[in-house]
Amino acid sequence: MSERIREKLNILADAAKYDVSCSSSGGNRKNDNKGLGDSHASGICHTYTEDGRCVSLLKILLTNHCIFDCAYCVSRKSNDIERAAFTVEEVVQLTMNFYRRNFIEGLFLSSGIFKNADFTMERLLRVVKKLRLEERFNGYIHLKTIPGASEELIREAGMYADRMSINLEMPTESGLKLLAPDKSHQDVIKPLGFVQNQIVQFKEERKLIKSVPKFVPAGQSTQMVIGATPETDKDIMHTADAYYRNFSLKRVYYSGYIPISNDNRLPILGTQPPLVRENRLYQTDWLMRFYGFHVNELLNDANPHLDIDIDPKLSWALRNLQHFPVDINVAAYKVILRVPGIGVGSAKKIVQARKFGKLRIDQLKKIGVSYNRAKHFIKCADTPYQLKDFQGTQIKSFILAESQSKYLKTDTSQLILF
Amino acid sequence: MEIYIFDGSFEGLLCAVFEWFERKPGKICLKPEATFQPEAFTTPLFIHNDPKKAERVWKGLQGKLAKDWIRRFYCTYLSELEEAYTALFEFSCYLFVNPPGAEKNYGNPDVLLLSQIARKVEREKHRMEAFIRFQHTADGIFYCGIDPDFNVLPLIMNHFRNRYADQQWIIYDIKRNYGLFYDLDKVEEINIDFKERPTLLQSSAHVLSEKEGLYAVLWKDYFKSANIPARKNTKLHVQHVPKRYWKYLTEKQV
Repeated sequence: MSERIREKLNILADAAKYDVSCSSSGGNRKNDNKGLGDSHASGICHTYTEDGRCVSLLKILLTNHCIFDCAYCVSRKSNDIERAAFTVEEVVQLTMNFYRRNFIEGLFLSSGIFKNADFTMERLLRVVKKLRLEERFNGYIHLKTIPGASEELIREAGMYADRMSINLEMPTESGLKLLAPDKSHQDVIKPLGFVQNQIVQFKEERKLIKSVPKFVPAGQSTQMVIGATPETDKDIMHTADAYYRNFSLKRVYYSGYIPISNDNRLPILGTQPPLVRENRLYQTDWLMRFYGFHVNELLNDANPHLDIDIDPKLSWALRNLQHFPVDINVAAYKVILRVPGIGVGSAKKIVQARKFGKLRIDQLKKIGVSYNRAKHFIKCADTPYQLKDFQGTQIKSFILAESQSKYLKTDTSQLILF
Repeated sequence: MEIYIFDGSFEGLLCAVFEWFERKPGKICLKPEATFQPEAFTTPLFIHNDPKKAERVWKGLQGKLAKDWIRRFYCTYLSELEEAYTALFEFSCYLFVNPPGAEKNYGNPDVLLLSQIARKVEREKHRMEAFIRFQHTADGIFYCGIDPDFNVLPLIMNHFRNRYADQQWIIYDIKRNYGLFYDLDKVEEINIDFKERPTLLQSSAHVLSEKEGLYAVLWKDYFKSANIPARKNTKLHVQHVPKRYWKYLTEKQV
C-alpha cells in the first residue's frame, strides 16, 4: 500500500510542478471550530526546492489522464508517460498528515481532464468538501477551475476554496491556437468572469448580512507560458495588464517554457529556459502593481522588449532622464518610488524621516537605499555639485561596471539575425 | 561615562530608563549583568528591579508609541543582543524628551537600529513558523526541537496554538532550555531534562509513531518531485533556506 502511494505521489507531483503558483497569502480563514489549521495573512513558504522556488502548498494533480493534446503540456494525451490517479481519501490523508507536521500551508489541487469537465470538477469538489466539512481543515486550498464546468459546481467549489485559478497558457490567442487547437482564451474568460462576479456579489451581501459565507477570499490568479511561442514582452505584459484590470486578479504568473517534447512547433529539447526574461517580466509586473507605473511607460511600440542586462525600472529612468535628478528632501512619495535603487520600504522611510531634518547620503545608505545605483538620479542635502550632465548610455555603463550580474554566466539567449 | 548594570530582564531595562531620568547623568552605557566586566576607573550603578517603576515607564512608552512600535520594542528586547539593550535604552530616553511622533525619525541611529533589529527578530520568527517540522511520537504528541538565533518562542506561541488546535504539541528551545507544550486547551511553559538534544528525533529511537516514517519518506519524495532540474539554482536555494536550518528539515535528512 505504501509503495503504491509513493509511486502515485511521485507521478502526480511531478506533473503538477509546472504550475508556478504557490502563494498561500490572502486567506483569512480562522480556526474557530477547534479544527486544524489557520490562515497566515502573508502566507508561509515552508521550504524551497533546489531550483529556488518556494514550496508552500502540497501541489498535486488528482490525475494526469487527460483528453486534451496540448503541445506544451507533459500530461498531453499523445505523450507516452506513466499515468496515475489519486482517490479522494488519499488526497485528504496526505494533506492532513503533511499539514499536521507543519510541512505545508495547504493544498493546491489541479487535474487533467478525464471524461469531461463536469466529471473532473465534481471530483475536485469532493476533495475540498471532505477536507472542510469532515476533517474540519482550515488551511489554505487553491483549486483549479476546470474550463467548461457547470456554474453550479464552480460556485459550490468557491465556497470551500481560498483561491481559484485558470491558466491562460499562452499570452495571445494565436499562440494558443498554434499549440492547443482545442482551446481558446474565451474558455478561460467565461469562468474567470463568473467567479469574479460571484466574489463581488458575496462581498456586497456580506456588507448587509454578516453570516454570508466566504467566497474565494484570496481571489483568482492565472498563468502564462513564456518563450514557447514568439510573443514580444509587450504582448505579454499588455495581456497581463488587461486581465489584472478586467478580472481584478491577485496575480499573473509567468512561467519560462521548459522544453519537454520534440514537437517542431516548440523550442528544441535541451534549450535553456528563459530565466532572465521571466525575471524581467516579474519585475515589470511588480512595477505595475506596487510602483504606480503604467504598462505603456515600460513597454510600448518603440520598446517592445525589456532590456536583458538592466532591470525595467532603470531602463525606464534612462529613457526618461528629464524627470531626474529628484530631490529626496522635497519630492513626492510617488516620484521617489520611481527612482532606481529605491524600493517601497526605503521610500516610506525617507518620507517619514525627512520631516525631522534634511537627509544626507550616509543616512540614505543606512535606510537601505542602494546608493550606487540611485546616486545618478537623486539629490540630497550633501550631494556634491556637478556641472556635467551624463547621457543615459554613460550612466548605464557606470552602473553595469560596478554591478555583478548574477545572470551573466547562464545568459544564453539567442541573438536576432536580421 | 557612567555604566548601568541591569539583570537582563525586560523589567530591569525599563527600571534603568527610570533611574536615568531620576539622575540625568548624561551619556551612559547600559550592560547586562551576565556579560559585565568591571572596569578600573568607573563605578557601575546596579539597577534594582522595581515593578512599580517598570510599570510607569512601560505605561509611558505605550502612551507614546503605536501598537506596531510597541511590538518592535518587544521584538528588539527578545533579540538578546547587547547593542539591542543599548538601542532600547537610548530609544526610550530619546522618545521621552521629544514630542510625540519622534519614533518616525529614521535619520536617528537608535530608531533605525531598533527597527532593523526588530526586523531580524521577526524574520527569525517567520522562519521558525516555516521550518519547524513536527514529528508524531508514540505517545501522540507532535514534537520539535529548535535553537533559534533569537528568543522567539513567545512570538510564535499564538501562531501554533491557533493553527494546531486539535493536536498536542511541544516546541522546545534546546539552546535556552525551555519549551512550549499545548495540551488541547492551553499552552504551558515546560522544562525537560534531555540527555542529548537533537532537533529531529531519530527513527531508530522507537519513540516515534509507526506512521511517522512513511510520511517522512513521502515528504522527501514530494520535495524531490517538485524540483525542476533544468532550472537548478543552488545559490537562490541556500539564500532562502540557510544551511544552519537544514538540521530542522525532514526533506534535508539523508
